[in-house]
Amino acid sequence: MVAQDAHAHAAPQGFIRKYVFSLDHKVIGVQYYFLALVAVFVGMALSLLMRVHMIWPTAVLPIFGEIKPETYLQLLTMHGTIMVFFVLTTAPQSGFGNYFLPIQIGAPDMAFPVLNMLSFWTTFVAFIVMLSAFFAVGGAPLHGWTGYAPLSALTNSGPGEQLGADLWITSIAIFCIASLMGALNFITTILDLRAKGMTMMRMPLTCWAWFITAILGLLAFGVLLSAGILLLLDRNVGTSFYVPLVVVNGQVMAHKGGSPLLWQHLFWFFGHPEVYIAILPGMGVASQILSTFSRKPIFGYKAMVYAIMAIGILGFVVWGHHMFMSGMSPYSAFAFSIMTMAIGVPSAIKTFNWLGTLYKGKIRFQSPMLYAIGFVSLFVSGGLSGPFLAQPVLDIPLHDTAFVVGHFHLIMGVAAIFGMFAGTAYWFPKMFGRMMNESLGRIHFVMTLIGTYCIFMPMHYLGMAGQPRRYSQFTEVAYLHKLMPLNTFITYAAIVTIAAQFIFVINLFWSMFKGPKASDNPWEATTLEWTTATPPPHDNFGGHTPVVYHGPYEYSVPGAPKDYIMQTDPAGVTAH
Amino acid sequence: MGLALLVIIWLITFFSTYFFIAKTWWLPHGVAAAAPWIDHQFTLTYVIMGIVFVAAQGALGYLVWKYRDDGSKRAVDYSHGNTTLELLWTTLTAILFIGLNLMGSHVWASERFEPAHADAVPVEVTGMQFAWYFRYPGPDGTFAKTEPKLMDPSAGNEAALGLDTSDPSAKDDVVTGTMYLPVNREVALTLRSVDVIHSFFVPSFRFKQDAVPGLAIHMHFTPTEIGDYEIACAELCGLGHYKMHGMVHVVSQDDFDKWLATREAEKQ
Repeated sequence: MVAQDAHAHAAPQGFIRKYVFSLDHKVIGVQYYFLALVAVFVGMALSLLMRVHMIWPTAVLPIFGEIKPETYLQLLTMHGTIMVFFVLTTAPQSGFGNYFLPIQIGAPDMAFPVLNMLSFWTTFVAFIVMLSAFFAVGGAPLHGWTGYAPLSALTNSGPGEQLGADLWITSIAIFCIASLMGALNFITTILDLRAKGMTMMRMPLTCWAWFITAILGLLAFGVLLSAGILLLLDRNVGTSFYVPLVVVNGQVMAHKGGSPLLWQHLFWFFGHPEVYIAILPGMGVASQILSTFSRKPIFGYKAMVYAIMAIGILGFVVWGHHMFMSGMSPYSAFAFSIMTMAIGVPSAIKTFNWLGTLYKGKIRFQSPMLYAIGFVSLFVSGGLSGPFLAQPVLDIPLHDTAFVVGHFHLIMGVAAIFGMFAGTAYWFPKMFGRMMNESLGRIHFVMTLIGTYCIFMPMHYLGMAGQPRRYSQFTEVAYLHKLMPLNTFITYAAIVTIAAQFIFVINLFWSMFKGPKASDNPWEATTLEWTTATPPPHDNFGGHTPVVYHGPYEYSVPGAPKDYIMQTDPAGVTAH
Repeated sequence: MGLALLVIIWLITFFSTYFFIAKTWWLPHGVAAAAPWIDHQFTLTYVIMGIVFVAAQGALGYLVWKYRDDGSKRAVDYSHGNTTLELLWTTLTAILFIGLNLMGSHVWASERFEPAHADAVPVEVTGMQFAWYFRYPGPDGTFAKTEPKLMDPSAGNEAALGLDTSDPSAKDDVVTGTMYLPVNREVALTLRSVDVIHSFFVPSFRFKQDAVPGLAIHMHFTPTEIGDYEIACAELCGLGHYKMHGMVHVVSQDDFDKWLATREAEKQ
């Protein structure tokens, strides 16, 4: 295609242009992946320190010393921020999306390779700025990843709210710019660079998920960027967007007339779509893998596409369900609540269709499939606590308790991370030319699945019993004392589950160098990345452009010679 | 591996559900007029979601075991889905989710759409890093002016709120660090914060509402049992968030009147 020829660029020579400032979407995808891998270990280490402090508040740890209550809140803020932005937004969309979106639609690269390189390195700068908050005078901010004003807008509201908070919001603003560039690139690539025959309705569901996610990102990150700039102005220039007349510790502040709720509206206008930015790519990967390893077409392809679209649209009109207790009008709570319940419908459709895909299939239990099944289980468990929180009247006892923490960790945290595990296990052979170890994969899967349930299911019980979130200690409020045994159990479960993650990392790096060589199509899958060499050449298809004849999930077609028909195979069924 | 998955998924489902049904950890005993309604809606939602949870996880475990590739020549069902089924479960889920929501909405409406009764006990609750203060307007029924310049948190009570003593209605305003309420009478709450956002959370009352600086939020509830209940802050407010708690003493109307009179006398 003409558009593709215009974007072709020669293979780079030299280490720097090949691996550091690369224009190749595959290298950039791997860069994003490893950035997220570093970030997830930082985030996980912070959560370990938090869990230890909750149970042994006076313990003196090696290196870190004693964790003070304010240190706990700083750990919590950085854990949430790093996980949401640099892991959940980075790996599923920018990592796997960058690597496989162009290949799956038959393009030689992303539409704007230079912009692509720029968005990675901007994200990298954002990450460095975020980490630097730890080393600022006063430390990292303590206002939580949601950064509610006025706590986040005043420099004297607590330790870490000076330079640390400025670095935090600056990092997020930089991240927003990077994400906007990435989103633009993804949307253009999908609309303009599809190979001949690759109609929208023949795209793998992964591409649909990346496409809708990119649109969500384009609309959401712009709002967060603006909100962040206003917050920086409030903090440093003396404006009062978010701060009314307040008195902090007897000192009358110079602000006047601002609205703390404005921040919440702007933040959650980004924050709720962000949940879907984190989970949609996981849904795409799970759909792809469930179909491939059940040897069966995905159940209800069109319904799946419409469900992703519906989730994307509804995702923008539900942000107020984070604010039922905020003092917002109780009438609008009613409207947000109905919309939130409505978003459960497309989510349920997806679950039904995943189960329908398994039904009468011929399931192979290689590790990508195990993680995808784990994803479905976690998605169901995390999803079903949603209708509790979506009802304002039930949100009264549950809002800002451990119930919410359990809910969003299961669905947007661990389910999305299982999506990443699944994607890693599935695409590893294509990315690195070798197979991962199956035994290590199974052990890691079983330990992580059971472990995460042991961590996050009990949090629902704690929340029902009234344990507020973001408490560094349970010593002061008497009714929390009797919940200590359950909290201790969670901490032990977290220690074991975190230890199990080293199995994954060992498998990852060991297999990268020592794993058995992979064939071009080890899973006998049908989509375009499995038609090309392993690892793919610089222009993805070695000088030719693929032509697509089928939908993405033609498995077990009656009368076909094999139990799968490649998308590029001119023979076979033509109906789909 | 199919059997292993079935066992793991079913065991997870069993244990998760067991602790819900056994109510090992549950909502605390509710002692406010709205509590039975909220608990009823909670139980209803829990039963429905519990059935869906067990059905979905049960099906997932069963399907992966039943349709494992066991090396046999069994043919795979070549199907791209079923539109009738899609429409059926879309409609059913929509009715279930939205219906459930509407069923609980009258409780929300009575709690938040209606103002407090005229004879309710007025109490102003003020949050500040990291304490709760409660103000009763006294016999004149009016809350006196407060002045940000006069706020002195280290002095506590009246001074912490910056009560303007030049205002004649300030004389009978009572400010305390512990909340007293008469049983079975509606409370007309005014929630304020002087610095950052706090959240007034009394689990036993099934009551929670953010206290937002710059806003006076009016709420109401009716305690129904005499006893002592804990208040916890439910919105991250700074390093002392975890210790920003307080007590509500729900007492008889006589005891309440006596307590208030004593506090009034102390002020003179």
